[in-house]
Amino acid sequence: MTCVHSFFQGCFVFKPSSKKRKTRSLGETCVNPKSKNITWIYVLLEVLQEELNKKILDSLLDFAKKCSTTRQHCDWASKMRANEIPTAALVLGVNVPDHDMTFQSLFDLLKHSVTPHVVSVQAKECGVLKHLLKRVLEGLMDVAVDDDDEEEMEQNPRSVHCSLSTLSDWYTAKTKKSSSATPGKKRNVQDEDEHHHHHQTPPVVIIFKDLEGFNPRVLQDFISICSRYIDRLPLMFIFGIATSPSTVQHMLPHSVSSLLCIELFQSLSCTQHLATVIDKLILTAQFPFKLNGKVMQVLISIFLYHDFSVRNFIKGLQLALLEHFHSQPLSILCCKKKEALLNVTLLSGRDLETVRQLPSFIRFVEKQEAGEQVKLMTDDDHLKEACQKLIKDLRKYHKSYYPVLRCLHTLTSLLPRYPLGKQIRELHLICLEKNVWENEDYQSAMKLLKMLAKDELITSLRKCSEILSSAKSKKMKKAFTELDELLAKFKHLDVQEEPESVTSPIRNLQQQKKTDLFQLQKTLLEMNESRRSKKKSPFELLRNEVVEFIDGLVTCHLPPPESQTLYEVCYYSSSATVRRHLNATPRTSIQTALSSPCFYLQNESLKNEDGTVSNSAPDICIAYKLHLECGRLINLYDWLEAYATVVSAAEGQDPDCDTFGKVDDVKHARFIRSVSELEFLGFIKSTRQKTDHVARLTWGGC
Amino acid sequence: MTGVLHHPGYADEKLQRVEQLIPCRELQAGMLVSLMGQPQHYSYPSIFIYGHRASGKSHVLHILMKELEVTALVMEKAELLRDADANLLPALLRLQELVDDNITVILLSEIVWEKFRPNTGCFEPLLLHFPDYSKGELQQILSTDSHPSYSAELYSSYINILLGVFYSVCRDLRELRHLAALNFNKFCEPLTEGKVKETETHKLWRNIEPHLKKAMQTVYIREVSSLQWEQMQQTEDEGGALRGLSAHTHVELPYYSKFLLIAAYLASYNPARTDKRFFVKHHGKIRKTNFLKKNEKTSNHLLGPKPFALDRLLAIFYSVVDSRVAPTASIFSQISSLVTLQLLTQISHTDQLDAPKYKCSISLDFISAVSRTVNFDIVKYLYDFL
Repeated sequence: MTCVHSFFQGCFVFKPSSKKRKTRSLGETCVNPKSKNITWIYVLLEVLQEELNKKILDSLLDFAKKCSTTRQHCDWASKMRANEIPTAALVLGVNVPDHDMTFQSLFDLLKHSVTPHVVSVQAKECGVLKHLLKRVLEGLMDVAVDDDDEEEMEQNPRSVHCSLSTLSDWYTAKTKKSSSATPGKKRNVQDEDEHHHHHQTPPVVIIFKDLEGFNPRVLQDFISICSRYIDRLPLMFIFGIATSPSTVQHMLPHSVSSLLCIELFQSLSCTQHLATVIDKLILTAQFPFKLNGKVMQVLISIFLYHDFSVRNFIKGLQLALLEHFHSQPLSILCCKKKEALLNVTLLSGRDLETVRQLPSFIRFVEKQEAGEQVKLMTDDDHLKEACQKLIKDLRKYHKSYYPVLRCLHTLTSLLPRYPLGKQIRELHLICLEKNVWENEDYQSAMKLLKMLAKDELITSLRKCSEILSSAKSKKMKKAFTELDELLAKFKHLDVQEEPESVTSPIRNLQQQKKTDLFQLQKTLLEMNESRRSKKKSPFELLRNEVVEFIDGLVTCHLPPPESQTLYEVCYYSSSATVRRHLNATPRTSIQTALSSPCFYLQNESLKNEDGTVSNSAPDICIAYKLHLECGRLINLYDWLEAYATVVSAAEGQDPDCDTFGKVDDVKHARFIRSVSELEFLGFIKSTRQKTDHVARLTWGGC
Repeated sequence: MTGVLHHPGYADEKLQRVEQLIPCRELQAGMLVSLMGQPQHYSYPSIFIYGHRASGKSHVLHILMKELEVTALVMEKAELLRDADANLLPALLRLQELVDDNITVILLSEIVWEKFRPNTGCFEPLLLHFPDYSKGELQQILSTDSHPSYSAELYSSYINILLGVFYSVCRDLRELRHLAALNFNKFCEPLTEGKVKETETHKLWRNIEPHLKKAMQTVYIREVSSLQWEQMQQTEDEGGALRGLSAHTHVELPYYSKFLLIAAYLASYNPARTDKRFFVKHHGKIRKTNFLKKNEKTSNHLLGPKPFALDRLLAIFYSVVDSRVAPTASIFSQISSLVTLQLLTQISHTDQLDAPKYKCSISLDFISAVSRTVNFDIVKYLYDFL
């Protein structure tokens, strides 16, 4: 949950700045809606995280419980194979940083409901067997463990010897003590029975967070040592695997893997994970803050192209949220309906001026009558009223946008080759961009829908009707009843459908005794004709009607948000900021710093009109600029000369003076320093090819 | 019945009890007992026992020490001593002399003594070999585990069938015992259903044999865990074939990570000289024969991956990836996450920030699967397949 915590801190950092601005504008005295929004998303995220991992964690817990109970059975079969260590191979996907959260909740859950003896280790702490053992012992026994045999005498007397037998003795003592003590003392009474059962010999769980990172040798030795103690110490392993389960076989030879009883647990793939997050956080009218198409695109492409990290995606969302509330003064209207309407009345004159300058508002005004236009532009109270109405409209738009989007996706995701995308997020992006119904793919999708088979069509329409039924707005209710009527018509069709006795030309043909070629040709032509002009069957008519209905819904409810007045209040649109913050480009930043130092130093005197570096720029910038003019190999002496000339000019020396451009000790030292800085940044490196030359690197200037 | 074990120092009934506890190892135990002598006798300083896995080394010693109260210092997995300090093994071998007491050190290992002998020479221990159990012996030992609710004869015949299937691939007593335990329920199924009587061994054999063969391909090589195997037996759906561990080789990776991996593979398996041939548009006509060097006639795939520097990796990456990619921090961090996933290996020390070197540690199958998902024909870019 680290991300949530850091986010929370961010919230505190953010507060003072909004307080500062309080003095500036009356409208912004209201800090509440912002922080409310933030706490709201915070709670939601937490719930979401738990939900995402719930399934796999539950099955793992079941596994742990089952293992500890089967161990206590005394039947023949389990006695015969009691020497295997139960092991859960938990496949979590390649994005390792995301795993921390999962392991933390797994750790807590195990501690809470299965066993007090849980420890998790990660590879970088366990380079050798001794360290691994030490970690395990320390984590379980909560004492100092000495791993140095030599200094045993001087060690803390409370520290214990680093070996599994210490652990096994400790465990025996512990379980004896706890079973003699009154059971379930600290626990809930209702759980007592269940706990009492585990209480006798609760398993000792060791979680290996990143199996791939472990030294195979260390792991093998550890496992074979553990298996010697399995009769005294009910061990259980959990392997966290990032790549694929076959890693286990690559790391452990048969002699070791035969000591384990491995069960596989596969978590949701990260794309499914993302889909859930988008579904819960983005595709909902519940939450007033929105992203525009470009920002969404940036976040999604970072996810798909770079890291597969749901955590980073959520962080990006949080960043956008903070940026929006920070940079857009009208974001105080981006909150729940009641508060928004209240906040409209509190808008200051300056805020109202901002409203008047919003592009979407200008478009809105232009459509009004002349008198109304003047009123909107001059009368503040009238503007406030209009804003309230517009805010309500925006809310209504969202309330119908998402259900219709889902319906459209339900229908189009059936179609071959997914003309509008396989995932709903793709469709959402299309809709955010421009009018979806003008899209070619949309039109072909509609054509394909008109050819859909009856069963498929009806099942997906049923799903649509479910989606619409759960929507709350009036318009959606109306759409729901209309769709229901259409569905009822389909049902009606089933009942009255009878084999219509259309006299087909073929039958005519059969009735004729003789068939000659001419006759046959004629009949075939007739058939063709009739097929073309064939009267549509009632089903086809109804199908067209349904498709028209869906098309109507789409054109009515899915225009892009940019078409809505005051959309700027809720939509965050600065994709460049998000990209800059999330997808850092160190090389570009260094080059910007070197080629135009004024960008970072913000010193007016460094600015040159023609974009070149001024003579008074920092030494390294001058050296960098000069090195760009050189070839692959740079003569250090020439470089120094050029540098001395530039610096002399900067010092305002007279070009005709004798000492102009002469290298003195100070200049020499400054030059050497800039060259070594450039080398450190990786622009040049020393070469043995030629004396007194350095080489420019491939990834240097160009 | 007179046993094999005889020793003046120990009571006969004690020895007989020991004999019952260590079936088929009487000879070796007898040897050990006579070596150790009576408690007051000084015995040989060190004994080295070797024999394959599960050939009864530890078990015999354990029983002897428990029943006859023989004292000795037993080191299991003695091969690990070779990795310890050089003087440890020689010291252990003549510990008796060093501590001046009647103590015997017994080393147990699966490796022969010749592989232990240090360069500097040492005291030679007595060597004792525990041979593998023969089929008959295995049969005898395994039959002792019989299930309490079935007759010993039935279990014995079950073991006979089991050995018939597994003896050719596995002689490890522990594994066989494990397999016997796993499959016994299935064997008894026709009996509990009342279809077959205990005496109809042939019918029982027909029932269990295909099942055991299946076990050999799955549970024996740990493709499927024993728990899953039991579940499979209970459900017994023909279609419900459980996918083993090695069936899951697919790894989901971000788009650019896939290309980085492809670039790494190319950098590892193509000689650096040939990069121009693959990645420069107008490279002219360079045939393979033109730049074949003597040592490159062998396939690079047989020689294994070669190390490459970071800039070569990036240069190849930018030329194989189909779109313009900004060199962002996340591209670089993807390289290090590929290292943590063990798909790449960093060769240079992690402290070396300048020009780190890597190797690609994945198989051709893996990379072909990855490149298929991004529509990249990797074979066209591999020097070996020109």
